[in-house]
Amino acid sequence: MAARPSALRRSGRVLLYVVMIVAAAGIMLPFAWMVISSLKQNNQVFTAPVQWIPAPVQWRNYLDIWVKADMVTWVRNTLVLSVAVTLLQVLTGSFAAYGFAKMRFPGRDALFLLYIGTIAVPWQSYMIPQFQMLSSWGLNNTLWAIMLLQAFGAFGVFLMKQYYESIPDSLSEAARIDGLSEYGIWWRIIMPLSVPALASLTIITFVSTWNDYLGPLIYLRDRSLWTIQLGLQSFIGEYNAEHALIMTGSVLSVLPIALIFLLGQRYFVEGIATTGVKG
Amino acid sequence: MATPVAHEQRTLGFTQPERPQLRAPRTSLRLRNALIGWTFILPNFLGFAVLTLAPVATLFYISLTSWNIFGAAQWVGLDNFARLIGDKSFHTALGNTFYYAALHIPITIVVSLSLALLLNQKLRGAAFFRTVAFFPYITSIVAVAVVWNMLFSPEFGPINQFLSLFVDGDLPGWTVSKDWAMPAVIIVGTWKDMGYYMLLFLAGLQTVPGELHEAARIDGANAWQRFWNVTLPCLRPTMFFVTVMVTIQSFKVFDLILVMTDGGPGQATLVLSQYIYQKGFEQFEFGYASSVAVVLFLICILVTVVQFLYNKRKEA
Repeated sequence: MAARPSALRRSGRVLLYVVMIVAAAGIMLPFAWMVISSLKQNNQVFTAPVQWIPAPVQWRNYLDIWVKADMVTWVRNTLVLSVAVTLLQVLTGSFAAYGFAKMRFPGRDALFLLYIGTIAVPWQSYMIPQFQMLSSWGLNNTLWAIMLLQAFGAFGVFLMKQYYESIPDSLSEAARIDGLSEYGIWWRIIMPLSVPALASLTIITFVSTWNDYLGPLIYLRDRSLWTIQLGLQSFIGEYNAEHALIMTGSVLSVLPIALIFLLGQRYFVEGIATTGVKG
Repeated sequence: MATPVAHEQRTLGFTQPERPQLRAPRTSLRLRNALIGWTFILPNFLGFAVLTLAPVATLFYISLTSWNIFGAAQWVGLDNFARLIGDKSFHTALGNTFYYAALHIPITIVVSLSLALLLNQKLRGAAFFRTVAFFPYITSIVAVAVVWNMLFSPEFGPINQFLSLFVDGDLPGWTVSKDWAMPAVIIVGTWKDMGYYMLLFLAGLQTVPGELHEAARIDGANAWQRFWNVTLPCLRPTMFFVTVMVTIQSFKVFDLILVMTDGGPGQATLVLSQYIYQKGFEQFEFGYASSVAVVLFLICILVTVVQFLYNKRKEA
């Protein structure tokens, strides 16, 4: 009698493992195909049946792409943008979050509601007025436009506020009695305590700026200003028959993000969980 | 929104000389506090007000003007909205957007919740699986779209090669077919987004008390009953948040379609966001494009408010 349920449970668990492995393989398939194709000769990309192991391995693609595409410029522009946006977002976001989480003053909650409310407003609905405004300031076709566009989102404020609220007020009270100013409390007490949240915000902002396609598409016209996403998309249009090389470019555009993600995965996951649970 | 600060500065200037009064220190302390609070918020708020709030506010004004590349904005009242009523392309875009949303929302919720439940079984290798399932979410849309387009390639693509093992006869044309382009886009959209919502559900599942499950088990509830009567009710806050986010995300879908199908073939995958883009940035009809944007804006606000009210009623 006792053996039966446990046998049933064991076979249930085996089934779960099978489901998990099949799902994982299915999810990763496009990436596997991307990497494999990037190491093939162009005429080997589409074959019937699919050739899962490239032979011979074409490492050359990874040299050719730097010649055929202006990868250096694209990566440089993307890096400049990602670093600048991340710095601005983390600094102003955590600064504002202190005001929202640790200070009490009239209008605070209404203001925060305004921030939250914009989560329901898609950027696509106000991209035109925003474009007109930034153009009238002469920022169209400059990297400044993208920096401004990305740096002041509600997300950073929201994430940092959620985290600050989990830090007990008694800490800042004690520091206040010791004569530390509010700015001092933010910088010396709260900031060092919120390193995990800062790491989350840093990684999430960096990755989303790196991956942004629409902002650069609308604002950056000069080839010298293109980001890796714009560059890759134009490369796809220009060399649309060079399947292997397109895959090489795709791998290169995903690689830095994949590395950052694997190194900082914990912060990524925690950051998202923080904004979700209490949201 | 700079007025409150200016106002407080002024009052602060008045109160300071009146120090000798007994109640003054407390009021001035409160004002000082408010002022400091504002200085914290201001750097971010300035950017937020100028780059988000101001454009949202002017959107409505622009939508009531005829403004194009040839001249300045001219007030035309509701003309743009009247034009929407007879605009076939707009109807197509609106219909396609609802088509995308109607499938993408439920599929993404079911798939991501299933993945979260699977991960919550504390299987070995679950951490690795979480990484795998989340990975598509952090990769760029351009790279992802070009790979999927190759996978979907009707003749030699791996997907149709795989399908041909089971199906005799015609296989889907995917992104080059009017009927199959939208399903293809929805598949990719779900594949890319599900990891994010899976994480949200997973975080929510941690808040479900284990004792409740134990009690239900002792009462003889099977796995499905436990899920339906214990897990799901406990997940309601997460479910609400996920539903709102995935709904907004579905209605504003844009970059995925832009790089995968460019709205085609024909207008088979043209969605509202792309129509705004076409009218505004390709045909430079800023006024008319803004009236489409107002429609998108209202849809997103409306569904959010409805879901919010529904959640409120359920909570009560």
